[in-house]
This record gives sequence, C-alpha cells and structure tokens, in this order.
Amino acid sequence: MKAGRRTFFKRGLAAGGVAALATQHPKMLAAQGGLDGKPLEVPDWTKMLGPGVTAEPYGVPSEFEKNVVRRNVPWLTVSEQASVSFTPLQDLDGIITPSGLCFERHHGGTPTIDPEQHRLVIHGLVRQPLVFTMADLVRFPSVSRICFVECPANGGMEWRGAQMAGLQFSHGMVHCCEWTGVKLSTLLDEVGLVPQAKWLLAEGADAAAMTRSLPIDKALDDVIVAYSQNGERIRPEQGYPLRLVVPGWEGNVHIKWLRRIKLGERPWQHREETSKYTDLMADGKARQFTFVQEANSVITAPCPEKPLKDKGFYEIRGLAWSGHGKVARVDVSVDGGRNWQSAALQEPILSKCLTRFRLPWRWEGGPAFLQSRVIDETGYVQPTIAELRKARGVNSVYHKNSIHTWRVNVDGTLDNVQIL
Amino acid sequence: MFKFCSVAAAALLVGWSATAQQAPFGIGHKITDAQIAPWNIDIRGDDGAGLPPGRGTVAAGEKLYVQQCASCHGEFGEGNGRWPELMGGRGTLTHDDPRKTIGSYWPWAPTVFDYVRRTMPFAAPQSLSDDETYSIVAYLLHLNDLLPADASLDAKALAAVRMPNRDGFIVGDPRPDVRAVPCMKDCKKGEIEILSDLAKSLGVTPNQRPKD
Ligand code: HEC
Repeated sequence: MKAGRRTFFKRGLAAGGVAALATQHPKMLAAQGGLDGKPLEVPDWTKMLGPGVTAEPYGVPSEFEKNVVRRNVPWLTVSEQASVSFTPLQDLDGIITPSGLCFERHHGGTPTIDPEQHRLVIHGLVRQPLVFTMADLVRFPSVSRICFVECPANGGMEWRGAQMAGLQFSHGMVHCCEWTGVKLSTLLDEVGLVPQAKWLLAEGADAAAMTRSLPIDKALDDVIVAYSQNGERIRPEQGYPLRLVVPGWEGNVHIKWLRRIKLGERPWQHREETSKYTDLMADGKARQFTFVQEANSVITAPCPEKPLKDKGFYEIRGLAWSGHGKVARVDVSVDGGRNWQSAALQEPILSKCLTRFRLPWRWEGGPAFLQSRVIDETGYVQPTIAELRKARGVNSVYHKNSIHTWRVNVDGTLDNVQIL
Repeated sequence: MFKFCSVAAAALLVGWSATAQQAPFGIGHKITDAQIAPWNIDIRGDDGAGLPPGRGTVAAGEKLYVQQCASCHGEFGEGNGRWPELMGGRGTLTHDDPRKTIGSYWPWAPTVFDYVRRTMPFAAPQSLSDDETYSIVAYLLHLNDLLPADASLDAKALAAVRMPNRDGFIVGDPRPDVRAVPCMKDCKKGEIEILSDLAKSLGVTPNQRPKD
C-alpha cells in the first residue's frame, strides 16, 4: 500500500505533474503525516538532494503557491490593455505586498522601456528646463518610504450592493511597498520653480501617455520620483524604470513610466481628471480633484476565499490604512455592528501605509457578521455604506471606503453582504 | 575670451546669483524647448493653451473616424459592444445609470483634442497628424450636436466650444463629508437588516484557479 502510493507519487512527478503534485500534496500529508494515530513518515524530500544554489537565479514562489496570483475580472473591462488586476489580499500576511502581486491598472498596457534610453524632462514654469537620465536620477540624495497605493475605484463595484464574492475583488486594488527614489522637491529645486508655478502635469511614457495634474504643495511635500520598489528596480507593470509615488493619494496620480513633468499655473483638465477619476454625486454634479484616499479597512481572514473549517479559535486579521496619516484604532465587530472591540495593531504603524490588526475570536458554529472600522489619527471614522450613500448617492464610482461585512454561515463559508 | 565675458555679463544682467539660484546638485542636462517639442504635447483643457496650428473639418473627420475609430466606438459614437461610447447621454447624470460621454460629461472641448492625439486610436497612439486630429475632434463634437455638419475647426474655434457640462464640476474636495460616530456597545437593536446579499448568486466573480 505504502509502496504503491510512493510509486504513484513518483509517476505523477515523471508525468510532468508538478501541478498534479500540488493538488495531491495536502491529501498525502494528511494520510501520512502523524495524524489519526498514524506515525510520522520520512518523506522523499528528506531522502534526496534538492536543487543547488542558483537553480533559480531569480527566486520564485514555491510550486505549491501557484494559486497566489493577481486576477482580473474579464467582464469589467473590454481590453486587457486598459484594465485592472487585483492583489490576492486573502493570501498575504504583514504589510508589504510582494512586487509581483501588486494590483495592476493600465490604460494602454505595460511598455517595455530600456532604462538607458529613458528620460525625465522637467520644464514649463521653471528657471532652467532639465533632462535627466536614469543614471542622473540615482545620483541625487535618495529617500525610501513604505506607503500604500490604492486605486480610487477599489470597492467601486459595490456602491449599489454587494457584488463580488471574494476579498481579492472587493478590496484588491491596493498594495503597499517600500519605494526608493529622489524626492520630487529635490528635482524641482534643481530646475528652480518660478513663483507662478502652482500645479504640475505628470506624464507617462506608455501608450496612454497618462497624465494627471497635481498641486505644487503636495509635490513639495512628500512626493517621490521612485526607481525602486521593495529593494529592487520597479517592476515593469508598476512603472519601470520610473514612477511617481504620491503617498496617501489615489492610485491614478502615481504616474507610472514617468517621462515628463511640466510646471504650470493651474490644472490641465485632462481626460483622467474630468471624464474619469471624478466623483458623480446624486444631484448630477461631480467632485473633481478628490485626491486623498480616506481611511479604509477590511478583514482579510476569514474571508470568502478562506472559510472556517472547524469550530474553535481563530484570529480575525485585517488591514487598515488612511491617506491622511496613521491608523489610530481599529474596532472589530462579530455581530454586525451591535458591539465592537478594539483590535491589536501590529507595529510598525506608519503614515499612509497598510497597518495590520488582529483580534482573537472563538467561532461557536453559529452565524456571525464580521466587520472592521478604522479611525485614523485625524479622528476620521470609517463610515457605513448607508452613511456614504446618504452623502453621495450611488453613482460616484470612486472613493467607496465603507465598513465591509462578511457573513459567516453555519457551514463556515463566508459571504459578502451589505447590512444596515 | 570675448564670448566668456558676454556670457558672464548676461548672467549678471538677469540677476543670477550663484548662491541663491544655481542648481544645488548640478546633475541633469540643460534642454531647449525645441528639443522637448516632440514630447510637449499637452493641451490645457480650459483655454486650449498648447493647441497646435492647423485645422480640420467635420466632413474629413467622418471619413477618418469611420476608418480608425468606428470599429470600437461605433459608427455614430454609440460604442460597439462594451467599447466606450463617445456621444449621447445628455440629461442622464442624475439617472440610475448615468451615461458619461464627451457630450454629457466632459467640461472642456480642448481636452478631447489632447486625449485623442496622445492616445487614440487605441492600437496606434500618436499616429494622427494635427490636422487629422482637428477633423476627428470636429466630427466627435458634431456627433454630440456641438458643431454643424459643415463646420471646420482650428485652435481658436475649439477653445470657443462651450461644453454642455462645463459647470458640472465641484472643484475642491468637500470631504470628510461623513462624520461617523464610533459607538462601541449596543449600537443596534433588533435583527440585522441585510441590504444586499447577491454577491454569491450573481455569479460575476471569477473563479480562484490560477490563470494557465
Ligand atoms: C481598438 C479599439 C479602439 C479604437 C480603434 C479606438 N479606440 Fe478610443 N478608446 C478605446 C478604449 C479601450 C478606450 C478607454 C481607454 C481607457 O480605459 O483609458 C478609449 C477611449 C476613448 C475616448 C475617451 C472616452 C471617455 O469618455 O473617456 C475617446 C475620446 C476616444 N477613445 C476616441 C477615439 C478616437 C477618436 C479613435 C480613432 C482615432 C479611437 N478612439 C479609436 C478603444 C479604441
């Protein structure tokens, strides 16, 4: 019996079945591994040498983590070049998003840019227009900071009601990385601003030549012209070789593939700040230049993708963040908002950065409604969906940051529901 | 020698003081407007600053549009399938299903020129000449009843077009517009009232298998 299983195991491998192995692996462990009164076994991988160093010159996740990937929603957009993929938040721990799992949002696909040929031009209302090579940019004094980037349409499919049966799609348009680069203010000093320069236009080198206008106060505050992400050069789909990082502000302004910055007197009123990324209110008027991502939070475990298996102890885990600064407190409710308890916050708690919270919980097998509510350092309290709708209607598309509810069913599965 | 002196004199004349005005790090390369020109394509929406010379007509635009745009955006801008629509929708911004188009939503006409020239047609961005762009924009405005069929368009005429939703935008962020109170105990009475419970049954969520 035992030998037979082993043979099968090996044949599976030989048949090119690393994927097959991946699906069988958990079962085999359960059957072999010291459970149900059976003794522990010494598995094959302990009895043979594995691959040596640099078998993978650039390391990749374990074969068994193949399910941890970005996903898109095919019906959402008509073209994969002007589309979005979602971060698998249900599979992640801590606050740093692995670079290859960061959600993508492009309007004209990912360009392939040779860094030797890439240029950044800064001109307009400046004393001396300058062009920089990548080699120039890395010579400037550098800064690193960890911050989230969130698409303002994160959750935007759910203004009218719960629609996505999973955390990845309800909240996956956010990521959090360490970015390294030169402060934009350093570069603006280098070209010399003239007093009339009150706004700038940032432009990408992609097929969308994406543009957004930004006010000068923010540009001089904490904006970074970044060339590295999580310690290595930025991934192509995140803006290689250069992107703007605008901490706390909506994702679209973090211009990827940054090639040009022009200083001017007022905003440019381009397509992405008029036709898109404006918040249509119930009365037909639209808010413009609503840059900040207000505080948001969500429970990441359990969630529809990670249901409960047995009654007993669970740690409720989640993420909270605020574009206005630090997370001050996160409250968690297991009874649909009747009663709340403050969760423990995991250090580090950084400004404009994802923050982990957790609360011990015993599931007794009954129905439950799990919610989290963040309060940031400005005192802002995450609103309910009813409160948001009352203030803005349901046509805004952007900036939906309401308290999210997972209903726990008696079979341990979870559903995305909206409650009063 | 003479040259050096005149440069120094010119620098003095415009008041360059080495301490206050010089680039702190001296990294980067001076570049002229002529050198930047191929990238300097932005047009300001509210007054058309940056619009190039040249002109086009609705008639020429119709031909170009049918060849280069209609396959996605529909012959009359109605949008083929789920490709974006470019016309209509006026009066729908307060509806359940608002249609945000050039005609119903965009506040400034020069923005259409900027956008089309920088990124359309989708698969061949920055391939249109300025005259072609003027023509196509003229046709798009015509489809939205903003220009007559015999109209021609240049920088001045485009900046003069008044878009129907020009006053539709609230500038300045009014948030926080919700001030929630963080109640901790006995915050609700009675049963939990479910507002929306269709996520699973809608069946619009992609499955969890890895993409092959
Ligand atoms: C292959 C399909 C395709 C073709 C052909 C095409 N477009 Fe587009 N167009 C798109 C897509 C996709 C978008 C949305 C891009 C995004 O998501 O940012 C778009 C967006 C637009 C918009 C903005 C719509 C809005 O309300 O924000 C305009 C205007 C436009 N296109 C004009 C044109 C013109 C003019 C042409 C021909 C010169 C053209 N397009 C050809 C696919 C196409």
